[in-house]
Amino acid sequence: MLRGVFLLLICQLVGEVLARSLSLPAPGPVIGLALLAGALGLWARRSGPVEVDDTDVGKAANALLASLSLLFVPAGVGVVQYFDLLAHYGAALGVALIASTVLTLLATVGVFVWVKRWAAS
Amino acid sequence: MNSWRLWVYLQTTPLFWLTATLAAFLVAEALSKRARGHPLVNPVLIAVALVAALLKLSGTPYKTYFEGAQFVHFLLGPATVALGVPLYKNFAIVRKNLAPMAAALLAGASVAIVSAVAVAALGHAPREALISIAPKSVTAGVAMAVSEQLGGLAPLTAVLVVLTGVIGAMLVTPLMNALGVRDYAARGFAAGLAAHGIGTARAFTVDPVAGAFAGIAMGLNAVVTPALVPLILPWLIR
Repeated sequence: MLRGVFLLLICQLVGEVLARSLSLPAPGPVIGLALLAGALGLWARRSGPVEVDDTDVGKAANALLASLSLLFVPAGVGVVQYFDLLAHYGAALGVALIASTVLTLLATVGVFVWVKRWAAS
Repeated sequence: MNSWRLWVYLQTTPLFWLTATLAAFLVAEALSKRARGHPLVNPVLIAVALVAALLKLSGTPYKTYFEGAQFVHFLLGPATVALGVPLYKNFAIVRKNLAPMAAALLAGASVAIVSAVAVAALGHAPREALISIAPKSVTAGVAMAVSEQLGGLAPLTAVLVVLTGVIGAMLVTPLMNALGVRDYAARGFAAGLAAHGIGTARAFTVDPVAGAFAGIAMGLNAVVTPALVPLILPWLIR
């Protein structure tokens, strides 16, 4: 488990270093995600398919992802700092968030399904 | 030490607010489980409401709260890296869906930015709020950086990001069922793109393939949206 946590942190750290030193457009943790997936792929190529859930890093990752929602609570509680702004513009911002989220879901799923069908035909 | 002084002491310690965050989330999760995962009983929303109410009632500033909660907040980074595991596990199905993913990514990311800013502008939201809402579909840390760079309010962006995630997580299942979309790759991809980690958490509770695609969409969008926002924003805001 400790080795798994270490591997996640080292991927993030290397991602952060790469993102900053090469001024990549992607944030450090996202580069870390790609590094981790790439490392698992290389490992599988060398020593056969990896049952990743049984590895240290798999266990650490699954434990973290099982509580993914929790990690957004501190940022969400930040709402207490903006009660004044939200009292004035809350309606506009709320409508914008709902409308935009619905439109984004529709556009994404629509294009995905349409291109997949088009590519298959 | 009398109980009032004990409370005054506890209220300023990281330990208390870290414990309160976990407690609120456990209560929220129990409620969500009792509602059999009904999308409207969203654990993040309930936990945020409980903690926010506690802060208001006790008159505790957010800064004091965050000294405890930062330990949870920090894990957002390693959790993003952890999405590499489901990406690896589902690599075969991901490779089969590269074209739809690329097209849906560009379409979805653009629609997310344009529609959020345009609707908020129609409601006469101030300039900083318009900048702050533009990256709202991207995961918190990334969206805050984008907002700050362009003159928005990073903490406001964090709040808008979390609200977007909650809205997306609540709406995605009923919306996709109403549309009759049965492709869980497509459903998950939309959830992760529109509603980042909270949408991804929701997708994992519905279907493992949906969860993996949501994680990928969230990761890809964290690359695409920071590149798109500075291109799109000048067209929408003077």
